[in-house]
Amino acid sequence: MDVKTIVKSLGLDVFCCPDMLDRPVDGGYSGDLLSDVMANARKDNVWVTRQVHQNTVAVATLKELSAVIVVQGAKPDANTLSKAVKEGVPILGSSLSAFEVTGRIFKLLGAS
Amino acid sequence: MVSDKNFGGYFTVKGREFIDAGLISSQIKKVLKEHGVPEEAVRKAAVVAFEAEVNIISYADVGTISFSVENGVITIEATDKGAGIPDIKRALIEGFSTADDQVREMGFGAGMGLPNIKKFSDIFEINSEVGKGTVVKSIIKFTEKDVL
Repeated sequence: MDVKTIVKSLGLDVFCCPDMLDRPVDGGYSGDLLSDVMANARKDNVWVTRQVHQNTVAVATLKELSAVIVVQGAKPDANTLSKAVKEGVPILGSSLSAFEVTGRIFKLLGAS
Repeated sequence: MVSDKNFGGYFTVKGREFIDAGLISSQIKKVLKEHGVPEEAVRKAAVVAFEAEVNIISYADVGTISFSVENGVITIEATDKGAGIPDIKRALIEGFSTADDQVREMGFGAGMGLPNIKKFSDIFEINSEVGKGTVVKSIIKFTEKDVL
């Protein structure tokens, strides 16, 4: 599975890095506590979160995550986007809740 | 290939500069990777360095982070001139935090920083003096057979 497939299937907004959507996805992690994500997310995971500030990009970069999906219609702030462009981290968005986004991706991954 | 080569680095961390969080840990991770340190050890070191960095930013005016790799041992040491920790035992309990609102708004302050450092270290040491500051030392070991 790649990021592009998830974007298409869930109809996600692409706030950053449309050229990075071929990154592989082998799982995901959902959470808003950065230390929790640091400890438990794995490389090539998508990260579902309500956080939109720039530290999400730092975490995504360090953990080599495939993409950050911000939920509930939240928009990444300007600092986050410029950092994401610099680091090449796809920032995606959905109007759905974290619960629903996570569930849909979980199902997609199970089917792949 | 790794074990016959010793290397390291030293960085200064400024307090309250949340915009910089992750810069130093990214740098450390990059250097470890470039030197062929096994992926699992790099992963642990990245978590330790990140949490140490965030702790200094969140709680101190200024601090330093140094790292070195010698004979299959990564040592990361974070030192700060901060308020110090009155009750270290309590600070190591997951969920305990004295973070202020600004720290929490940035997604930190969940009381997982020091527990994460301990969890991802093979050897963990902490010394703190109220009014002076804190020193955290983390040792992560790896062997050549860890290299994939």
